[in-house]
Amino acid sequence: MLTIDQATYDRIVAHAKRDHPDEACGMVAGPEGLDRPTRVVEMVNAAGSPTFYEYDSTELLELYKEMWDNDEEPVIIYHSHTATEAYPSVTDINLASEPGAHYVLVSTREHGNNEGAVEFRSYRIVDGQVTEEEVALVASLGD
Amino acid sequence: MSIEVRIPTILRTYTGGEKAVTGEGATLAALIDDLEGNHPGLKERLLQDGELRRFVNVYINDEDVRFLGALEAPLKDGDNVVVLPAVAGGAR
Repeated sequence: MLTIDQATYDRIVAHAKRDHPDEACGMVAGPEGLDRPTRVVEMVNAAGSPTFYEYDSTELLELYKEMWDNDEEPVIIYHSHTATEAYPSVTDINLASEPGAHYVLVSTREHGNNEGAVEFRSYRIVDGQVTEEEVALVASLGD
Repeated sequence: MSIEVRIPTILRTYTGGEKAVTGEGATLAALIDDLEGNHPGLKERLLQDGELRRFVNVYINDEDVRFLGALEAPLKDGDNVVVLPAVAGGAR
């Protein structure tokens, strides 16, 4: 199960809507070992594409160095699908490289840049196996 | 000669769980061959058809090796190497 607070959820959704029709991508880091997504990091989609995303390689290194320095880990790795459902594609599965992370997919296919509901779903992707998990939305993560 | 190589989570099965290992080599290609000796299987995860895999990033002293000559990138004692899988995907 992914437990996520409303403000973090809202930021991911806002990012996805803003970047529509291109795919938006980013990460939510958190303290190592606690499974608490606390720090949203919006990433530039270096592919700038409606059907593909990739973190810029230099920004990717900067992000990981920050996390190492802060004893953080990637808790959520998110991206949007802009014309298809919020389910990992074959590409997503083949390239998933953080077995400990929650892979969040947001689909903006229904409302695009506009107000309105999105699909927001979370998965574990380990060794090519996709397992959907419940998303528990809470007001705040508490202590 | 000793070069520290930071290993990402997904490849630590090849390093007995170690986050960083050391190796040697005058080029990235030589370093990868050296690492393979102690950590069999690692090379296959980094290279495909003799080239760096498209979705594996390698950095020498914080610079992406694609800007340094890729596998021919020179190395010297004390250099710092980081391996990070690309974070990528998409509906395509």
